Amino acid sequence: MNEVVEGFIQAVQLIASLDEEVIEITIRSLLISLSATLIGSLIAIPIGGFIHFREFGGKRGLVTIIQTLYALPTVLAGLLVFLLLSRSGPFGFLGLMFTPFGMIIGQIVLIIPLMIGMTLIALSGVSRTKQDTVISLGATETQTVITIVKEARFAILGGVILGFGRAISEVGAAMMIGGNIRGYTRVLTTAIALETSMGNLSLSIALGIILLAIAMMVTGILFLVQER
Amino acid sequence: MIDFDQVVMNFGEKEVLKNVSFSIEDSEIFTFIGPSGSGKTTILRLIDMLERPTSGNIFIDGTDVATLKDRERIPLRRRMSMVFQKPSPLRGSVFDNVAIGLWFRKVGSGEIQERVPEALELVGLKGYEERKAGTLSGGEMQRVAIARAIATKPEVLLLDEPTANLDPVSTEKIENLISALKERFGITVILSTHDMVQGQRLADRIAVVIDGRIGQVGTSKEIFYHPMNRAVATMVGVENIFEGRVAVNEAGLASIDVNGTSIIATTPFPAGTPVMLYMRPEDITFHVKDGVKSSARNEFTGRITKVLPMGPMARLKIDAGVKLTAVITQRSYDELELALGKEIGLAFKASAIHVVERRD
Repeated sequence: MNEVVEGFIQAVQLIASLDEEVIEITIRSLLISLSATLIGSLIAIPIGGFIHFREFGGKRGLVTIIQTLYALPTVLAGLLVFLLLSRSGPFGFLGLMFTPFGMIIGQIVLIIPLMIGMTLIALSGVSRTKQDTVISLGATETQTVITIVKEARFAILGGVILGFGRAISEVGAAMMIGGNIRGYTRVLTTAIALETSMGNLSLSIALGIILLAIAMMVTGILFLVQER
Repeated sequence: MIDFDQVVMNFGEKEVLKNVSFSIEDSEIFTFIGPSGSGKTTILRLIDMLERPTSGNIFIDGTDVATLKDRERIPLRRRMSMVFQKPSPLRGSVFDNVAIGLWFRKVGSGEIQERVPEALELVGLKGYEERKAGTLSGGEMQRVAIARAIATKPEVLLLDEPTANLDPVSTEKIENLISALKERFGITVILSTHDMVQGQRLADRIAVVIDGRIGQVGTSKEIFYHPMNRAVATMVGVENIFEGRVAVNEAGLASIDVNGTSIIATTPFPAGTPVMLYMRPEDITFHVKDGVKSSARNEFTGRITKVLPMGPMARLKIDAGVKLTAVITQRSYDELELALGKEIGLAFKASAIHVVERRD
């Protein structure tokens, strides 16, 4: 028990003193997950728009698969990207294994289904009449998609924020693809896992508090967005 | 010019339109009248190419749009604008809402700055540019929707039940605007309504839509006084409908036998023709039995079997050998000292009866 209390006290000290390693890991976590969220959004929102606006065979099946993948285990996303990026994999020549870029790819794979799904829900929240109004005012297909996505932008943003939350809190893909290399690919979650296993509780707790704070901020922003 | 040729529209199992054909001329106000669910909205959506017909052809200025690819429809659709029954405010200001059709057409921003206030002024919402569209009342938003539709200077304006959800004041404003648009700009206005009187007020021509079919197309006078069949007659408020047979016809003035009662009507049909008779309730006049002769050919005495007050008017059901429905002002009703069960003298002119040959 003493150990835990001591860990907490030291953790607060680490954060308060802006410990170099803590700050560095936090910034790297944010950069990697924000990049993954940004790139993931640029892929997921147009795909969501395409699925919503086009009629094609197997649409329902595709949507069901996407919904199933909301719960894609992080280690499976890690495994998939590992197979693709490892030296003997099809993209091995890019040398992305054990780099932050590889981790970004892993997180993108992980959160894209969730963001596509949220985009679909957001777009179907825009009334059919609104869509018809836009078309009847002479919009091309692209103009229709852009206008309706704009109409649903707060709901879509909610999905993007959820995606970020999933990206920053996952540990499987970050560990398998990043490799938890100190000062290069070590992020909040992998650091907590490692430091805890090494018995370095104070650092773990400090990083845990920061991760929790980020999660709370994400939830807070999501709440504000959905209030609009 | 818009032509429908044998258009059929099915939504799944449901037949919404059944062999619909009509043509709409340029610069006329053409109104589809019919009860809810009769297919009016579907017709407007087909004209705006928001739907594809199950079968049949739709020609817009000679182009068959039923088979056009989506991409090819856009230039044609950009010559029209549609206002929906429920106006959809888009996010942003009134200006953004009205400008959106112009943005889609890549109109220069200078011109947009001119045309948006112009359109708003036409609908009586001058100075509303900066308001948030979401904060407007229903009537205001409907007018913004019309401004949005006319800002693009369409040749054809489609209005689906434009006043269905509005108060009488907003309705009047919108009706005045519709007339003005036709007068000032020569726009073809196509609207749907379930309000018979609105159709009569606005339309050059009316098509009565009943259960997915066009019952009759004509001027309001033709529709209201010369309905072609029972369904149209019922729809436009012709409440006296009789089946009969021409007994005698002397130079166009016929005596028609309706269940043993003889009714005089003007018609060219010869003796023996099975006919339907239609008469509006307003065409029946009343007098107390005092021996004064009216000029009307048909005079009856009947008993009042039902009285339905309707504001300043009263609707009477009368048994005069044939069952009649009539309307009378509440004032006359009181002055004539009418009451339920009372005997009353009534008359109607031979020309008030619209006679149509019956084909069973």
